[in-house]
Amino acid sequence: MPVIVVEVMPKPELLDPQGKAVAGALHRLGKSGIAGVRIGKRFEVTVDEVTDAVLAEITRLADDMFSNSVIEDVVSIVVEPSPTRA
Amino acid sequence: MTRIGVITFPGSLDDRDAQRAVRLAGATPVALWHGEHDLRGVDAIVLPGGFSYGDYLRCGAIASLSPIMAEVIDAAAKGMPVLGICNGFQMLTEAHLLEGGLIRNDHGSFICRDQKLRVENTSTAWTNGFVAGREITIPLKNGEGGFIASAETIARLEGEGRVVFRYVDVNPNGSLNDIAGISNVRGNVVGLMPHPEHATEEGFGPDTALAMRNGTDGLTVFTSAIAALVSA
Repeated sequence: MPVIVVEVMPKPELLDPQGKAVAGALHRLGKSGIAGVRIGKRFEVTVDEVTDAVLAEITRLADDMFSNSVIEDVVSIVVEPSPTRA
Repeated sequence: MTRIGVITFPGSLDDRDAQRAVRLAGATPVALWHGEHDLRGVDAIVLPGGFSYGDYLRCGAIASLSPIMAEVIDAAAKGMPVLGICNGFQMLTEAHLLEGGLIRNDHGSFICRDQKLRVENTSTAWTNGFVAGREITIPLKNGEGGFIASAETIARLEGEGRVVFRYVDVNPNGSLNDIAGISNVRGNVVGLMPHPEHATEEGFGPDTALAMRNGTDGLTVFTSAIAALVSA
């Protein structure tokens, strides 16, 4: 069945303490050349079929439920190609 | 007697503490369940602290979509006093009853401390018993208590006097403008990260200059709601 992938990130202007903690760990491990890390969320929503109505509904849910517009942005909504049978 | 409901969600932790605080304040606590559409005729509502739904998705987000929240939103619109403590505050922002949002503490650690606050607004349903500017000490315990909002929202909250509690001496979580708690425009809905219900009985509260654990600064939050209802 098709999967719609929704990606949500903390707003760029906000501190992302999770990303900051990972960046700090990388720094302690001596990894150079990494200026920063930000951590977001990826939702894989399996649907029966992809129609304009389904996409509109998932877009609405992405804005209203999967993300909180006060602190986060929906950065992408992508329909994953159906896996082809081997 | 005034009846104050305390809603239990899956993962609520401080629901019974909130019921106890209601009783100590002189009202009757009424246990309410997230999965019902029934407020059981209560006069006011407390959304307690805890980790509803394990903080999945975002803190308070899934709980804010619970069946009973439809009734809470209706009641709040009609002026019923609603208090959100910690996870309850997070639910109120997720339900859009209060503005702004709560994010992970800026220092990245969970924090538990007796926290000094200043009561900035004494006209709300939950703070009318305080003297303006009064400094109180109540426990604070959270991992995601950083209050944030857009610059316009912060300016509006400050301009309208809707910052109800402000952190004093220490900002424990990176909250903008040291904001610990806010209210809606009408003043019946209040949310705060620290826990007034844990400072309501001598022997079981924060330390004070007089004796260990005898701080009861949180009790006035609950007696205020009773007073607001009696005078309404």
